[in-house]
Amino acid sequence: MQLFETINELKSRHDYAGLVELIPYAKAIGVETSMVGEQIVSTLNFQENNIGNPALPALHGGVVAGFMENAALFHLLWEVELNRVPKIIDFSIDYLRPGQTLTTYSHCDIIRLGKRVALCNIKTWQDDPDKPIALARAHFLLANNDPLK
Amino acid sequence: MSTNINPFLKQISRTPHANFLNLKLVSAELTAVTLLMPYSDNIIGDPYNKIVHSGAITTLIDTACGAAIFQAQNNTQAMATLDLRVDYVSPAASGKNIQAYADCYKLTSTIAFVRTTVFTDDINTPIATAAATFMRSNKSFPIN
Repeated sequence: MQLFETINELKSRHDYAGLVELIPYAKAIGVETSMVGEQIVSTLNFQENNIGNPALPALHGGVVAGFMENAALFHLLWEVELNRVPKIIDFSIDYLRPGQTLTTYSHCDIIRLGKRVALCNIKTWQDDPDKPIALARAHFLLANNDPLK
Repeated sequence: MSTNINPFLKQISRTPHANFLNLKLVSAELTAVTLLMPYSDNIIGDPYNKIVHSGAITTLIDTACGAAIFQAQNNTQAMATLDLRVDYVSPAASGKNIQAYADCYKLTSTIAFVRTTVFTDDINTPIATAAATFMRSNKSFPIN
């Protein structure tokens, strides 16, 4: 089945969890999806094996980054009709606070949606949306150039 | 090349999430390390082409940067990532183990600067490159 057919089927069944089943990495780190208004939102459940520094303890910065990259991916898969999984081009993250051993939330905005490239901003927080633990931006490749004539 | 390896690096698997991804130390130099992330079906991001998720690669990079800083410091003083920028120059071929070579090229009293190259077989054909800065801490990272 084509990717957009799979996604459309999930949409028609309101099966947000089906998106997690599609991407093994998302499942491995404990991502869950829900709808808030019209938007698909990713949350990251706390798991012991997501810890980076056991002394604090704090989430591994890589998990926070991976969660945010995946939140943008899910957002694009849900919002844009695509026939292949978007390829990440670049990702830039600023860490503002340590990730505590709590549930982590994300919000993704598509800043620009072109034919070939999308730019996303992602914010992630834990107990207070006004105190984000990290901010990130990412470019995704949606389609290649046509071959040069 | 692999002289004076910071003893902490042999215990990289004590970090729960590094252990979860099964990260392994390949080699170490004075200010640089190479870590390996074995291919696994659990870390796939593109199920159609069985390509490893960029998030797992970002974690490999972040961990390799931390290890390079431990190596450059020659102690177990902890650090926290300030920012990290990754260019995913080409997808990793499916089924391949992924390696990250991280070099802590500058340490100040408070900040560490690290460059990383990620590859499968040959460091000269990278799949990703990254630049990161870290805050250095006075606290020791728990190794036991």
